Amino acid sequence: MKQGIFRITENTPLTKNVFRLTLEGDVSAITAPGQFINIQLDGLFLRRPISVYDISPRTVTVIYKVVGRGTEQLSRMIAGDTLDVLTGLGNGYDTSVSGQRPLLIGGGVGVPPLYYLARCLIAEGKHPTVVMGFNTKDEIFAVDDFRAIGADVTVATADGSFGVRGFVTDALPSDYSYVYTCGPEPMLQAVYRTISTSGQFSFEERMGCGFGACMGCSCKTVTGYKRICKDGPVLRKEEILWEK
Amino acid sequence: MGEMNVSLCGIELKNPVIPASGTFGYGYEFAELYDINCLGTFSCKGTTREPRFGNPTPRIAECTAGMINAVGLQNPGVDRVIAEELPKLKNCFSGLVMANVSGFSVEDYAYTCERLDREEQVGWLEVNVSCPNVHGGGMSFGTDPASATAVTAAVKAKTKKPVIIKLSPNVTDIVSIAKACEAAGADGISLINTVLGMRIDIRRRRPVIANNMGGFSGPAIFPLALRMVYQVAHAVSIPVIGMGGVTCADDVIEMMLAGATAVEVGAANLVNPYTCRDIVRDLPAAMAKYGITSLSEIIGGVKSWEKT
Repeated sequence: MKQGIFRITENTPLTKNVFRLTLEGDVSAITAPGQFINIQLDGLFLRRPISVYDISPRTVTVIYKVVGRGTEQLSRMIAGDTLDVLTGLGNGYDTSVSGQRPLLIGGGVGVPPLYYLARCLIAEGKHPTVVMGFNTKDEIFAVDDFRAIGADVTVATADGSFGVRGFVTDALPSDYSYVYTCGPEPMLQAVYRTISTSGQFSFEERMGCGFGACMGCSCKTVTGYKRICKDGPVLRKEEILWEK
Repeated sequence: MGEMNVSLCGIELKNPVIPASGTFGYGYEFAELYDINCLGTFSCKGTTREPRFGNPTPRIAECTAGMINAVGLQNPGVDRVIAEELPKLKNCFSGLVMANVSGFSVEDYAYTCERLDREEQVGWLEVNVSCPNVHGGGMSFGTDPASATAVTAAVKAKTKKPVIIKLSPNVTDIVSIAKACEAAGADGISLINTVLGMRIDIRRRRPVIANNMGGFSGPAIFPLALRMVYQVAHAVSIPVIGMGGVTCADDVIEMMLAGATAVEVGAANLVNPYTCRDIVRDLPAAMAKYGITSLSEIIGGVKSWEKT
């Protein structure tokens, strides 16, 4: 984990309420796909945790949905503004166990952490398939980015306005070596029941600090109590307990 | 440079800055960021007799100038704290730590304190009779003088280490409880724990916190905490540790003028993990600015207005 001041280089709407934010600064603490950053906003007490979409040697990009006061305030910031950010938070995905044909499953704003993951997997010579679910055509984002790096992409929409009609679980291929997923908990549960291999699941929880100090986001797992922010957000399929 | 050292229940601290229990874990997360040996000491995550998961999530809510938590004393239990956490802690902090203890019966408190009494690393026992987030324990011992007396006396019988009783602000007369603890043999008082609070998610018409209510902390409660520190410090003759909404060196000085011998920093650690290090760094300049040559000399130094 590192704390740093970052300069906004872009904060662009991708859909009606989903934005892509790129920040310039020291990103050396980000060591794995699936990690998150924690952004301080003027006048708000707690930071806002957002998963990493992509990194370059001097920038980190996140994609966030406007859901409350913090993200609404963030959406009004412009290039040149600065933010105090904690980077390199969470365990992230482990790509070493993926096999050659990993399956990446994302729902809504659970899609973003899968992009840097797909890029890492491709760099390791693997062939990821990506299945993304959205409610409707107007909410779709990032598909072209995944295709541009050579990932095989299938999109499902709940209302059938684009791609496969239904949920991500209606659009899964039959042949894959491992699963990486991120999305709302009902989707994670459906994926858990459907997939035929092992996998890694990224969870969301309301956090206090985001770096393991406050025990605000703890959950029970097969291997004991875990902090979503520090021991997660990625849990292995075998350790998940769905009861709260 | 001015003198920052203070004496807390007979043990010298190089400065009065202490991260508060529950906001600093057992120190490792912060030791990754900076050398935590710059701190006066720190108060470890609250420890109970048995392991506890705590409350269901969500446990955290944002508030104006603060936050609510309802963690519910998650901890691995005193046996594992002694076997695993304290030895690991030794690698990142060389001084004496404050062990924070909670319980669900007078016997719980006595048992846990007796176990911790044998640990060389533990300098002080901070006995939490003020957790608002657990049923049938915690705060129920700190909201009336008789049960605060019972816990204090039971713990004092089991340990030679200084016993500091951590009080709840969720009472009508905190002074009477502080005095009861002092009469029962407490070596110090720390205050305040969090203020019972609540937020409601308007869309869902549900409390944000799964426990419905939780402990409110952060800069919003600083004036309330300062007032209570002032009242208690002027009513007892044992040292008082002040806490509640402290975020900067000036807040530390204000707390000490009100009567605090040392000052704990809580919620601010969760927002900026460097808060305590920065306060220690900033204290000499703040002291110089106010003409303070020794922090221990300003304890309780507020010159109250004469009442007419």
